[in-house]
Amino acid sequence: MAVLVFADNTNGSIAKSSKEAINYAHQMGQGVTVVTYGEISQDKLSALGNSGANKVLHHTGVNRVEPSQLSKMVAEAAKAESAEIVVFAHDYTGKSVAPLTAVRLNAGIVSGAVALPDTSSGFRVRKAVFSGKAFANYELKSDVKVISLLPNSIDLVEVSGSASVENFSADLGSAGLVQKEVRGTVSEGGPVLTEAELVVSAGRGLKGPENWGMVEELAELLGAATACSRPVADVGWRPHHEHVGQTGVAIRPNLYIAIGISGAIQHLAGVNGSKVIVVINKDPEAPFFKAADYGIVGDAFEVVPKLIEAVKKLKAA
Amino acid sequence: MDILVCISKAPDTTAKIQFTDGNTKFDENGVQFIVNPYDEWYALVRALELKEAGGGSVCIITVGGPEADPVIRKALAIGADKAVRIDAQPTDAGFVAGQIADYAKANSFDLILCGKETINYNGSQVGGMIAAEMDLPYVSQAIKLDVAGATATVERDIQGGVEVLEGNTPLVISCAKGMAEQRIPNMRGIMAARTKPLEVVAPTDRPALTEVVGYDLPPQKTEVKLVDPENAEELINLLRNEAKII
Repeated sequence: MAVLVFADNTNGSIAKSSKEAINYAHQMGQGVTVVTYGEISQDKLSALGNSGANKVLHHTGVNRVEPSQLSKMVAEAAKAESAEIVVFAHDYTGKSVAPLTAVRLNAGIVSGAVALPDTSSGFRVRKAVFSGKAFANYELKSDVKVISLLPNSIDLVEVSGSASVENFSADLGSAGLVQKEVRGTVSEGGPVLTEAELVVSAGRGLKGPENWGMVEELAELLGAATACSRPVADVGWRPHHEHVGQTGVAIRPNLYIAIGISGAIQHLAGVNGSKVIVVINKDPEAPFFKAADYGIVGDAFEVVPKLIEAVKKLKAA
Repeated sequence: MDILVCISKAPDTTAKIQFTDGNTKFDENGVQFIVNPYDEWYALVRALELKEAGGGSVCIITVGGPEADPVIRKALAIGADKAVRIDAQPTDAGFVAGQIADYAKANSFDLILCGKETINYNGSQVGGMIAAEMDLPYVSQAIKLDVAGATATVERDIQGGVEVLEGNTPLVISCAKGMAEQRIPNMRGIMAARTKPLEVVAPTDRPALTEVVGYDLPPQKTEVKLVDPENAEELINLLRNEAKII
């Protein structure tokens, strides 16, 4: 059973979420072929062996390609390799490309998988549904199966090796869209919210945008991304791309620190995949404490500076 | 400009999630259903704004039985001109996208909009599948959309940034936060919705390639461990030495 993984090229590097997808495919116990594209060094491609890749198909000569073109590339690679399983990372690119690829391969698809396929009876894949409030097991009934893996949701296994790299090309057709501009929304050096392992988030309890300095300082000291609750984004205290929750972005970091956020069910839906949740709120009845691993009932303006000092001390030690 | 907006029926965001029939079916008992927020707040409202600015029509489409009608009427109350219901149970995303693509191919639309995902199945699949079925360009997770003549300018979220794209209609676009603001239907809209056309269309022959065989609920969280605010530094110690996370 051959497994093909699509790896995204972001500015000459393979994204972390794609490496997780390669490791996930490796854990299926079959040979893993990766398909990627664009300008990237041969060394970085053969180093994908350290994630579990045996072979890398490299489509050169293209850089910015849109989802429909990438889906043609992946579908052609899947046919060339007779792949029965095609794996994506369930990140921005994967969400764009995987469903189109499934149509092209006449494949059933599970997006946002959180575990390896169960092949003891049929082919079943587990994913979170109802915005993290439940799980569902999907049976895939097609010959070819497409799976997109939810980032930060499986344990990775150690593997070392060097993947062979082959040139690959497919007819990608013409682009229907022209890229006019790309703007970064992440401050220089800071982690991307959706990929961050640590996140410091704050809400209305901070009383005003001028009080975010301590949130940013704590985040910077921890190497964390910053996030916020919906009301805070809606009134413009923080940019929309920081809004986590049911209608913003969903994240699943290793640590989520919520400061002055009550924990409405819609907010929890965006963060309930976090491994450890810390809640700091002066209201002991805040619903967020029910979802928290650690909590401090106290005034953020007193607690957060103490945390900043403690992290500084830790880093100095 | 004629815009098709795909809407899905979803349980209210505060609904209690539980299952019946040996954990194979979502328990709809006592559950209030709404228009999936991404479909309503972002896709539908932006479609209405574009129509108000440049003329044309907004048609909503959903795949479902008559039980979907109240949700369809709500979308009409917000301002859509007409509705289409493909009369079949929405078995999986591929089936739903296939039905909508078949309808859209037989009719003509300049834009096909949907939400970036539903809040119940969180698939992010239908928009891309419609685009692939119709061989149209696709922009996922768009946060801004403007149309001048036949040229659409779309901004979308990408890893750590925003990408601005331009293309000619027809296009398929999935919509995320930023696109528009929620609209509350007024009494006039609700009254008008009762008489707006709702066309019921027979489904085409499309296979469902996936099936949910069982649901379960996540394990209960253990009790929160509280740290004394006077001794807040202890939290950092716990995260370091107990949770081993920093």
